[in-house]
Amino acid sequence: MSERPTYIKFGEYTEHIPANIPAAVQQATGRFLDLYQTRVSEMPQWEELRQAASDIRLHTLENLDFYLEKMEQNVRAVGGQVHWTADAAQARATVLEIAKEHNVKTAVKVKSMATEEIGLNHALEAAGIQTYETDLGEFIIQLMGTGPSHIIVPAVHLKKEEVADLFTQKLGVKAPPDPVKLTAIARATLREKFLSAEMGISGGNFLVAETGTLVIVTNEGNGRMCTTMPDLHVAVVGVDKVVPDWETLTVLLKLLARSATGQKLSTYTAFISGPRRAAGENGPKEFHLVLLDNGRSKILEDPVARETLKCIRCGGCLNVCPVYKNVGGFAYGWFISGPIGAIFSPQILGTEAARELPFASSLCGACADVCPVKVPIPKILLHLRRRVVEGDQFAPPSAPVVVRTGAKLGAFVLGIPWLYRFGTRLLPIFTAPFRKDGWMPSLPAPANLWTKVRPFPAFRANFRQWWAKRTKRG
Amino acid sequence: MTQKVQLFITCLGEQFYPTVLEGMVTLLERLGVECQFPNAQTCCGQPFYNSGFQSEAGKLAKTWLQTFGQSEAPIVSPSGSCVNMVRHHYLELFPAGTPEHAQAVAIAQRTYEFTEYLVHVLNVTDVGAYFPHKVTYHASCHVLRGLGLRTEAKQLLGAVRGLEMIPLNGEETCCGFGGVFSVVYPEISRAMLRDKVQNILATGAEMVVASDAGCLMNIGGGLRKAGSSIRAVHTIEILAATESNGGLKRGAQ
Repeated sequence: MSERPTYIKFGEYTEHIPANIPAAVQQATGRFLDLYQTRVSEMPQWEELRQAASDIRLHTLENLDFYLEKMEQNVRAVGGQVHWTADAAQARATVLEIAKEHNVKTAVKVKSMATEEIGLNHALEAAGIQTYETDLGEFIIQLMGTGPSHIIVPAVHLKKEEVADLFTQKLGVKAPPDPVKLTAIARATLREKFLSAEMGISGGNFLVAETGTLVIVTNEGNGRMCTTMPDLHVAVVGVDKVVPDWETLTVLLKLLARSATGQKLSTYTAFISGPRRAAGENGPKEFHLVLLDNGRSKILEDPVARETLKCIRCGGCLNVCPVYKNVGGFAYGWFISGPIGAIFSPQILGTEAARELPFASSLCGACADVCPVKVPIPKILLHLRRRVVEGDQFAPPSAPVVVRTGAKLGAFVLGIPWLYRFGTRLLPIFTAPFRKDGWMPSLPAPANLWTKVRPFPAFRANFRQWWAKRTKRG
Repeated sequence: MTQKVQLFITCLGEQFYPTVLEGMVTLLERLGVECQFPNAQTCCGQPFYNSGFQSEAGKLAKTWLQTFGQSEAPIVSPSGSCVNMVRHHYLELFPAGTPEHAQAVAIAQRTYEFTEYLVHVLNVTDVGAYFPHKVTYHASCHVLRGLGLRTEAKQLLGAVRGLEMIPLNGEETCCGFGGVFSVVYPEISRAMLRDKVQNILATGAEMVVASDAGCLMNIGGGLRKAGSSIRAVHTIEILAATESNGGLKRGAQ
């Protein structure tokens, strides 16, 4: 999973959503949302924090070259190595090369969106390296053979009964549908992997340029195991994750967990500055930072869509999105889903491959309201919709010609006041055969796309006549 | 001095909700406001803008600016969504420095959603309405998040005599209309509407009130399809109702 898709069939997927997915997703996201609201109500300075975070992210993106070079210098200064990679293929090759040099047979992984983005697990497995996801949710979806369906809770679409069946089937144990017991089974399975793995692989929530520090936020402790037990730690991190210093990091950390799970702080926040420096110190002998571009610098060229990269992957926009909650993450066809996925994927994969995603929103704006770094998601959705239907300097139009012609025709009629008024008088007459009690229960295509869900109200314009009559009366 | 306003009736309002428009005029006049109706108005361009057709939206926006630019009077509309288009998106359609941009900036400042105009310009929260019914309130997305009007309609409805307001679970969650979204992804729209309708049914209210034609078409249709007798009404219809005018006047929805 998470291999680069060639075309994302969002619409087709929505026509046969597995019935259990919305219920499971709504239960978990609803809980996060309640906690999030509690957290926000505790912090009178929430809006100021969001603004500060947004400013920090934008400032960093606008000076990305400066901060990335600083990050590189400081990682090297503490004994780490830095690799710049332009795309997914180069990033995979870099990780494989490091693994080969160290004769790695087994790798353990911290939950990471960047490695999902580049499809690293398949590449490792293909090279004969046993790879184990150690975050419980990721462990589950790895056994399932799917990608994540939520940014922070990858197995959010599964109920405990389904996980129990999966464990029973794949791990050869009798697994009861009890979260505590299931966790114990996963823990026992993973414990030996931590001890035997030669390589730990992580992503990163932030990169602190000031000190060359990798920040990893987790809730399960597996992150620390992966980054301290094996002798080799490789972190694959998007170039957008850099922050200037510890002061700005603090602002973002205050927002991240609260917006994600509604926690004040996640259980573990690991700060990793290079490998161990002396015998007796904890940590790996080698630390490699693989910086991933994969289309991000291209996004930076677009002054409107650039703000996409402010995202800190909290998943808050998913938790609040009525579309996401009714379709689940797989509808979005790639590793990243929900409102942020709907703007991220079309920019990385191109509007040809992901042209349905910018339309996967009712533009209700709930995502922008909760986003801790104020990514203007609806605005970027509209910007990308334009790219799909009209094209812009970044891509030619990819919408079907018939749609474009229809829109032009509609705008033509609406642009001529007398023609519009004429049409307004005709509509009630032409649609009379469909009318029943003030509604039209069923209409021919393409209006049946509306009436298959609910009736359409009858055309009944008469305001202009009413107005004319009373004006005449004086 | 008499306040004058220009009525921006919106295309959906005109096609489907004439009684809302009549109510708007009646109520404004009751409050001493003189109404003007620019007859050349058609559509503000929002459906095109929202589906990506910015050049088409730009042409309609230009026509709209010409039509409403002829008078200096404030512009009042029964739709949060269309006001949001004029106030926020017109500025994005025309690059800064163009005459249209300057005109859009100026006109955005005097274009109001109806409840916003009553509460913030006329400073009225009690319009003397009488409406002895149980209602529940759906917060239309573009009124709430687009224009930031969270309390205005509720303040006005709260002052209506006889009206009993029942809280709606998921009041601020989108009903699944979303303009083009409702026909591009009808199955998601259906699921969102189903949730909204279930929440409305659970209130036991006689009516659900909202402030945008799109929500009313969607929710009203959803309720009808569910076989419910609960009606979806516009805030204005309630505010226009008095003891003497016999309350709600409308078509068959």
